[in-house]
Amino acid sequence: MELILLPFIAAFITFMAKGKTAKLVAILSASFQLVLTAIMLFKFNAAGNTNFELNYPWIPQMGINFRIGFDGISMMLAILTNILSFLIIFSSNRDENDRAGLFYGLILLMQSALIGVFTSLNGFVFYLFWELALIPIYLICGIWGEGSNKIQITLKFFIYTFAGSLLMLASLIYLAAHANGSFDYEALFQAQLSDAESLLVALGFFIAFAIKMPVFPFHTWQPQTYTMAPAQGSMLLSGIMLKMGVYGVIRWMIPLVPKGVIQFQSTIIILAIIGIVYGAIIAIRQNDLKKIIAYSSFSHVGLIAAGAFVFSLQGIQGSMIQMFCHGINIVGLFFAIDIIEKRTGTRDIKELGGIVSSAPRFAILFMVVLLGSVAVPLTNGFIGEFLLLKAVFDYQAILALVAGLTVIFCAVYMLRIYQLAIFGEVKEKTTNFEDLNWMEFTTLGIIGILVLAIGVYPQWLLNLTEASVMNLIK
Amino acid sequence: MILLIILLPLIGFALNGIMGNKLPKSIVGIIGSGAVLGSFILTCILFNQVANTGAIEYSLFQWISIGNMQIEFSFLVDQLSVWMMTIITGIGFLIHVYSIGYMHDDEGFSRFFAYLNLFIFSMLLLVMGSNYLILFIGWEGVGLCSYLLIGFWYKNVAYGHAARKAFIMNRIGDLGLLLGIFLMFDTFGTIQYKEVFEFASSGSYSTERLTLITLLLFVGAMGKSAQIPLYTWLPDAMAGPTPVSALIHAATMVTAGIYLIVRSKVLYTLSPTTLDVVLYVGLATSLFAAFIGLRQNDIKKVLAYSTVSQLGLMFVALGVGAYSSGMFHVTTHAFFKALLFLGAGSVIHAMSGEQDIRKMGGLKGTLKITHITFLIGTLAIIGFPLFSGFFSKDEILAKVFEHSPILWAVALFSSFITGVYMLRMYFVTFWGSFRGTEDQKHHLHESPISMTFPLMVLAVLSLVGGIINLPHLMGHSVSEKLHHWLSQIKDVAVEHHAALSVDMELMLMGIAIVMVLCTLVACYIIYNKKENLPVEDYKQNSLASFIGNKFYVDELYHRIFVRPTEIASNLFYKIIDVSIIDGIVNGIGNIAVNVSKVIRFIQNGNIEFYFLAMVLAIVVILSRFIF
Amino acid sequence: MQLLLIPGITQEHYLWLSAILFSIGVTGVLIRRNAIILLMCIELMLNAVNLLFAAFSTYLSDSNGQIFVFFIMVVAAAEAAVGLAILILTYRNSRTTEVTYWDKLKW
Repeated sequence: MELILLPFIAAFITFMAKGKTAKLVAILSASFQLVLTAIMLFKFNAAGNTNFELNYPWIPQMGINFRIGFDGISMMLAILTNILSFLIIFSSNRDENDRAGLFYGLILLMQSALIGVFTSLNGFVFYLFWELALIPIYLICGIWGEGSNKIQITLKFFIYTFAGSLLMLASLIYLAAHANGSFDYEALFQAQLSDAESLLVALGFFIAFAIKMPVFPFHTWQPQTYTMAPAQGSMLLSGIMLKMGVYGVIRWMIPLVPKGVIQFQSTIIILAIIGIVYGAIIAIRQNDLKKIIAYSSFSHVGLIAAGAFVFSLQGIQGSMIQMFCHGINIVGLFFAIDIIEKRTGTRDIKELGGIVSSAPRFAILFMVVLLGSVAVPLTNGFIGEFLLLKAVFDYQAILALVAGLTVIFCAVYMLRIYQLAIFGEVKEKTTNFEDLNWMEFTTLGIIGILVLAIGVYPQWLLNLTEASVMNLIK
Repeated sequence: MILLIILLPLIGFALNGIMGNKLPKSIVGIIGSGAVLGSFILTCILFNQVANTGAIEYSLFQWISIGNMQIEFSFLVDQLSVWMMTIITGIGFLIHVYSIGYMHDDEGFSRFFAYLNLFIFSMLLLVMGSNYLILFIGWEGVGLCSYLLIGFWYKNVAYGHAARKAFIMNRIGDLGLLLGIFLMFDTFGTIQYKEVFEFASSGSYSTERLTLITLLLFVGAMGKSAQIPLYTWLPDAMAGPTPVSALIHAATMVTAGIYLIVRSKVLYTLSPTTLDVVLYVGLATSLFAAFIGLRQNDIKKVLAYSTVSQLGLMFVALGVGAYSSGMFHVTTHAFFKALLFLGAGSVIHAMSGEQDIRKMGGLKGTLKITHITFLIGTLAIIGFPLFSGFFSKDEILAKVFEHSPILWAVALFSSFITGVYMLRMYFVTFWGSFRGTEDQKHHLHESPISMTFPLMVLAVLSLVGGIINLPHLMGHSVSEKLHHWLSQIKDVAVEHHAALSVDMELMLMGIAIVMVLCTLVACYIIYNKKENLPVEDYKQNSLASFIGNKFYVDELYHRIFVRPTEIASNLFYKIIDVSIIDGIVNGIGNIAVNVSKVIRFIQNGNIEFYFLAMVLAIVVILSRFIF
Repeated sequence: MQLLLIPGITQEHYLWLSAILFSIGVTGVLIRRNAIILLMCIELMLNAVNLLFAAFSTYLSDSNGQIFVFFIMVVAAAEAAVGLAILILTYRNSRTTEVTYWDKLKW
C-alpha cells in the first residue's frame, strides 16, 4: 500500500515544486520507494500466496473492494517499476522552463498507478489503475513530445489504448455480473460461462492487452509514439507500460477465461510470432535509432506474448523474466539514444559514426546493453529468450524455428546500429562527442551491472515468481 | 583449480578492459599473457590429474531451474576437454606473446588484449562445460569475441562488415544448435552430457529423433567451423589483426564444431545418416575451398581457404567415424596453421602491412627465422613425410579408404590441391626477386624476438607433433597415444579399429608421399625456376577469374538472402505497416470524424432552433401517448 | 366533492388557464429574440406549472403540490438572478440582448 501511496502523494508535492527542487523531491521519493521495496522483498515469502494483502470495502454494493496484495509476479514487476522509475527520474534533466515540477510529478503518478495495476486484486481497482496509468503518459507525450504532429500521435495512442481498455471493462463487468456481482479476483473465477460467452469475454481482454503490448497487427501506434515521445516517455512506455499488457494476460485473461482463450490460443501465438519476424525485418532497414528500437521492442514483446500464451510453466517464467530484462535493456537503449541525440542533435544512424574514439566508456556500456538485447549468453536477455523459445518449441517445434529467426535478425539490426553509430569513421556531428558525465555513467552503469548480474545468476528472480506461477497455471 | 583456470583470463580481461589504457603497454602485455600462461600451467597440472584419476566434475551453482528443467552451471574436465584446454591455453599463450610484438604500435593495445583474454575465457567455457547450454554460452561468447576482434580496426567500414557477417553467419548456426538443444531436452529431459549419452546409448529412442538432433547440432558446427554453406565468413574474417586469425580463425574457435561432434559422438554414432551428411559436407568443403585457394593472392586469404579446406578434412574424418583422427588433425592443424598465420603476420609486419603476395618475393634473405618456420609450416600442411601434418592427414586418408576408395581419391585430390596452392604461396613469397616498392625494401626487417619466439616453438611442434598419434604399424608401445587417451572417456561408443592390412596402409602412405614429392618438384619448377607469377586480375581467363571470384558465392548469397530481406523490410514498413495496417486504424478514426462532420451542422448554436426541436419532440412523444 | 375556493370556477378552468399561459410562454420563447423577453416567457411557463400544482393540490387535498410551488418559486428566483446576471455581462460584451447573436458555442 505504501508503495502506491508514497509516489501518489509525492507526485502532488512535486507538482508544486519548481526546477531543481522538483527533481530532488522526485528522487527522494523514488529512492525511499526503493528502500521500501527492499524491505518488502526482505520480508517477502515466495511460497506463492499473497503477501501484504490489504482489503478495504469501497463500494460494497457493487462488489468493489479496494483490495491489493503482492505475490511473486506482482513483487517482481513492482521491483521493476521502482528500479526503472528511479533510473528514469535520475537520468532526466528538466529545468524550470520545462515545467519540471509537472514532469516529475507525472512520472511519480505513473509509478503509483503502475504499481496499482500490478498489485490490485479486484477487477474494478485493476481497471481504475489501468486507466490512471494512461493519463500521465498521455500528458508527458503531449507536452514534452517533439515533432509537428505530436498531438495527433498522442491522441491516436490515447484513443487506441483507451478503446481497448473499454472492451476490457466490458469483459470485466460481464464476468462480475456472472460472479454474483463481485469484482473480487477469486470471485471472478466462479463465473460460469458458455463457450461462446467466454470467447467474447476473452476477446475483450485480448484486444485491450494486445493493443497495450502490442501484438501484431495492433502495433502501429507504437513506433510513432516511441519516436515522438520524449526519452523518458519512451522509457516509461516501453520499459514498464507494455508490461501491463503481458501482466494482464498472465494474471487476468488466461486464468479467468481459459475456455475462451483456448479457442484462439494458436491464432494468438501465430500472430505474436508473425510480429517477431515482421518487427525484426522492418528494424533492419530503418535509419532512425528510436524507430529501430521501437520495432525491436515490438519484436521482443512478440516473443514474450507467445511464451505467455503457451501458458506453460517455462513459458510464463520465461515471459516474467524477459519482461524484467526487456524493461531494463530497453530503458538502457533509450537512454543511450537520448545521450546520442543530446550530443549530436540527430538520431539518424547515417549521420553518426566513430563515437567510440571519443567516448569509450559510453561505447562499452552501450555494447553491454546491446548485447543484453541481442541475448548473448551470460547477459540477461538470454535467459528469457532461451526459456521462451523452449516454451514455444514445446508447444510447436516449427513455430520455434520461425520465432528463433529473431536470434539472427536481432543480431543483424543491433550490430548495424553499433557498426554505423559507434564504429566507423568519425563524422561531422560526432567530432566533439563528450564521454559520459557521472550521472549518465551511474545510470548506464547500474543498467549494465543488472544486465550482467541477471545473466549470470538468474535464479533469484526465477525463484521469486516460481511458486506464484505454479499457482496460476494449476 | 578448475575455476581458477577459467577465471584467470576473465580477470585479465577485466583488468585490461577497465584500466588498460592507463597502464603502460608492457604491463598490459604481461597481464594479458600472464593470465593465459597461468591457465596453461594449471591446465598442465590438471592434465596430469586427469591422467591419474580420470574425469573431474565440478558444479558451481544451479543456473536455471524451473520445474523439472534443471540446468547446472558446472564443468566437466575429461580427457577430451583437457586436451582441448591444453591446445587453447598453450597456443593462446604463444599468440599472446606474439601479439605483444605485433600490436606494439597500435593504439588499441589494451583493448586487444582484453578481447583476447575474453576469447580464451569463452573458449575454455566452451570446452569445459558439462552440458550443452554451458557449451552454448562459450559458443556464443567466442562468436562475440570473434566479432569484436575482426572489427578491431573499427574505423574501416569494410572490416566492420566482415565482422558483422561473421557474427550473423555464426548466429544462423547457433539457432540450429539452440533448436538441437531444445529437441534434446524434449527427447531426454536433460542436456547434461553424461545423462544424455547414457539415455541415448540405452537404445530406446528412435533413430529419426537422434538424426534430427545431430543434424541440428551439425548446423551449429557448420556455422562455427565454416563449412558449406556457411563458410563465407571465414575468409572475410581475415580483416582482423593477424594474431586473431591465427588464434581464433585457425587454431581454436573454428575447431569448436569438431569438438562439438566429438563430444556428442555417442549420438552421432547412433545416427549414420547424419554421419554421411557430415562426411559429404566436409568433403565438398574441403575440395571447394581448396579450389578457391588456388586463385587467391592475399597471403591471409590463401591461409583462410586452406583452413576451411582443412576443417572440411576434419569433418570427413568425423564422418567416417574416426573421431580420434579428427582430433589428431585438430591438434596438428592448430600447430601448423597457427605457425603459418603468425609467419604470415611476420611477413606482413615486415612488409609494412602489404598482404598481396604478388608484391612480395625473395623474402628468404631478410626474414631468415620467419622463412624457415614458414617452410616447416608449409611442409607440415602439405603432408611432407615425417612432419606432423603427414601423420594426421594420412591417418584420415586411411580411414576414408576403409570407408570408400572413391572418397579417398577425392580427399587425396583435395590434399593435392592444398599442396599446390600452399607451395605456390611459399615460393612466390619467399623465392624469386623482390617486387615491392623501394620504401618497403628499406623497411624490410626480421621481427622482434617476441614474435619469432612463438614461431620457433610452433615450428618445433609442427615438426614433431606427429608423435602424439603415430600410426599403429610403428609398434604398439609408441603409437596411437591420442587415440588411447581419448578412448578412456566413458560412455563412448566403440570405435572400430583399423581393418586395413599393414601392406595396404603402407601403400596408401606411399601414394601420398609420392604425390607430395611430385607436387613439390612441380611447384618448384613452375613458380621458382620459371618465375611464373600470378597475373593481374584482368588478364585472367574466364575460368580462373570465376575461381578467383570465389565462384561468386558471396554475390549469390547476397541475391538470395540479403536483398530479399531488405526488400521485404521496405515492403513491410512502407506498404503493410504504414499503408495497410495503420491505414485501417486511422480509417476507423476517420469514419468517426467524417460522421461527426455531417452531424455537427445540427448544432448551429441557435437557441430557438434547439427549442423548436425540443417542443416538436415533446409534441411527437405526447402524441404517441395520446393517440 | 371538491372544494372550490371561488364559486363558479371549476378545476377545468384552472387547467385551461394554465395551458393557455404555458402555450403563450412557449410561443414567446419560440418567436422572440430578446433574451429578457425569453426569460420572462420562461417565468410564464413556470408560473403556468405553479398554477397547475396549486390547483391540483387543492383538488386532491394534498399539500405536496403547494410545497412544490414554493420550491419552484425559489428556483425560479435563483434562475432569474443568475440569468439576469449573465445577461448583463453578455450585454456588456456585445451591446445586444438578441439571443441569435450568441451562437459562438456551436461545433
